[in-house]
Amino acid sequence: MTPIAKLEIARAGAAGPATSAPAASVVAVAMSGGVDSSTVAALLCERGLRVVGLTMQLWNQRRLPGLSGEGPAPRRCCSLDDVYDARRVAEGLGIPFYLVNMEGTFEETVVRPFVDDYLAGRTPIPCTLCNNHLKFDQLLVTARQIGAEKIATGHYARVRHNPDTGRYELLRAVDESKDQSYFLFGLTQEQLARVEFPLGDLAKSEVREIARRLGVAVAEKPESQEICFVPAGNYVRFIESYLEEQGSAVEEKPGEIVSTSGKVVGRHSGLHQYTVGQRRGLGLAVGHPLYVIALDRARNRVIVGPDPELRQVCCDVRDVNWIPFAAPAGPVRASVRIRNRHEPAEAEITVLDATTARIQFCEPQRAITPGQAAVFYSGEHVLGGGWIS
Amino acid sequence: MRVYLDYNATTPVDPAVLEAMLPYLRDNFGNAGSVHSPGQRARAGVDAARESVAALIGAKPSEIVFTSGGTEADNLAIFGTVASSNQPRKHVITTTIDHHAVLDSCHELERQGVDVTYVPVGRAPDGEGLVNPEDIRRALRPETVLVTVMHANNELGAIQPIVEIGRIAAEAGVRFHCDAVQSAGKVPLDVNRLGVDLLSLSAHKFYGPKGIGALYVRSGTPLAPRFFGGHAERDRRSGTENVPGIVGLGKAAEVAARLLAQDAARIGALRDRLETALLERVPAVRVNGDRACRVPNTSNLAFPGAAGEALLIALDLEGIACSTGAACSSGSTEPSHVLTAIGLSRDDARSSLRFSLGRPTTAAEIDRAVEVIPAVVARLRALSPHPAAAAHSS
Repeated sequence: MTPIAKLEIARAGAAGPATSAPAASVVAVAMSGGVDSSTVAALLCERGLRVVGLTMQLWNQRRLPGLSGEGPAPRRCCSLDDVYDARRVAEGLGIPFYLVNMEGTFEETVVRPFVDDYLAGRTPIPCTLCNNHLKFDQLLVTARQIGAEKIATGHYARVRHNPDTGRYELLRAVDESKDQSYFLFGLTQEQLARVEFPLGDLAKSEVREIARRLGVAVAEKPESQEICFVPAGNYVRFIESYLEEQGSAVEEKPGEIVSTSGKVVGRHSGLHQYTVGQRRGLGLAVGHPLYVIALDRARNRVIVGPDPELRQVCCDVRDVNWIPFAAPAGPVRASVRIRNRHEPAEAEITVLDATTARIQFCEPQRAITPGQAAVFYSGEHVLGGGWIS
Repeated sequence: MRVYLDYNATTPVDPAVLEAMLPYLRDNFGNAGSVHSPGQRARAGVDAARESVAALIGAKPSEIVFTSGGTEADNLAIFGTVASSNQPRKHVITTTIDHHAVLDSCHELERQGVDVTYVPVGRAPDGEGLVNPEDIRRALRPETVLVTVMHANNELGAIQPIVEIGRIAAEAGVRFHCDAVQSAGKVPLDVNRLGVDLLSLSAHKFYGPKGIGALYVRSGTPLAPRFFGGHAERDRRSGTENVPGIVGLGKAAEVAARLLAQDAARIGALRDRLETALLERVPAVRVNGDRACRVPNTSNLAFPGAAGEALLIALDLEGIACSTGAACSSGSTEPSHVLTAIGLSRDDARSSLRFSLGRPTTAAEIDRAVEVIPAVVARLRALSPHPAAAAHSS
């Protein structure tokens, strides 16, 4: 028997009804209804893979009816319109499509921590939490349960397997302007082994071109940038409405706004309305621009100061995840990005213990914000990252 | 091989039904309300269909009101009966396991100031999913204007004691409506034996077209119309008659009446074969609902440790179509109200699948389902992040 014939028999055996794996290799695509994930589905179909479209039902906009009139959010990724778009794309491609309800997990692992973070004076990144807990966890489990080996998404980033180390590596997207690797630093080796980012090698313009060529129904749909469950980007209103719905109406805890020298310069009406680095909306007139430097939860104070005081040279991160290696042997030199659009800054990272690390920047960085992620890069590689504490 | 096991959601149109309908989409396109000959030909089709539907349920043709389907029939029966009463206080009795077409109508009645009692159903070990008629009697009040109880439950197949409930309602002089959408064509129906004043039917559940149904209204039963505009259906349901649909419903009723006994025996045997095999081959399976008292085509099974939503998708990708509950509830977070009503935990309710067989179901299809389902359940349990699932996966 030739080796090829043997292989085919082995394959047929593995795919036979005894193990119930579907015949052809199945890949699940997380479809949001947007142009990126729709194009991914179309590309994989073109490659001849057996594609299954999955859309996560994450949040019921009807829960907070007071917010329904606010801006374009009802058209964002949790809305029925986007589910409709995703379904239309799947119908156009002739692939099976399923709506998977994950409202419970989403609320528990994304929405509630989002609200709690703001109340605690942190500025959270719900998209990363959603990636870690929903898209590449629960949805990946569902994908595997329904017989898919991998899940593909419309993220702009790249995954590579390094045969020398045996590890999966995460790389920036080729199109630097679209790079989303910042939101993916939390992916484990098990997760990276089962994800595909087909857009990581493409420019956005190429993606639209492919979408048009493949006749993807949403090729011309505008991009969404906001947090999907927060209408019109008004997170303060969202937090207040959510807490009201939960029966724990917002703590209207007014307090003092103080300068870094301790001088009271104004009043605030709740810490959740402020974020580090914020300038507008402070209601202060002191002749020179003031910024939020820190939020002091213990004393319910907003601390403000001029721009130079916003700059810090050091911060600690928790829940650190390393990607190309299990843990570094010693201090690591890296470019560190402290928010999504931040220009990475040179720093040295020292491991403190299994889950925390200290980042020492070469130059002071403006508005290092608790709750955001610090992501470590070396060239195009993502070395890892953690949450700024 | 594709295996469709969701006939409680809907059925294909019987070839004879399609043949009967086609002339009314082409040559006999007339408006059944018109005076001229084309109108009369359409009217003749409607009249004949009315007789067939009446014959299926032991009614008089004049007691049949055509509607757009089961949901409209339920709404017309409930709101039409309540609105026809001029009592100052009104009370309605239904059950916790009725279809949402009934339950949501009752919720709307509550918003309008009507009192509603939702009678619970039996739990294991006896009468699981069955209403105790005495509970209906205890729920009666002087101001009760309507009792509405489904015949066969759409999720469990459980057949409710309609005869006994009808007797109790009649003794109390209260109108009795029965949603028979899931029993029509599956078990014999006789409105006089059942003792109902109103009874809902839907064509697409028994090999007729979608978008057409009927409400049986016993002669002399007051019913306030819900639609206004014209005088169709003796003023009880205005709107131009859906002639092809009505003709299809009539033909479906005629075919069902003829095949009912043989269908029930054959389909019941296949259902039992499926259930017995799955109970043997899958660890820790539970049959939901009373096994004796149910329509012959339905089997509702809990597979603890396997999420129903993923199970449904995985089976669909293997060519097996079934459901996690009512099609109308797909995609909702809440577990089935029927399964929680019979006492299942939310997790077990979410791990349950409904298999419903139909006239086209073959033994080969059942064998295929029996071959595929155990392996898929095992895969789901093995990949489940919940430790409890592992207990069933070996």
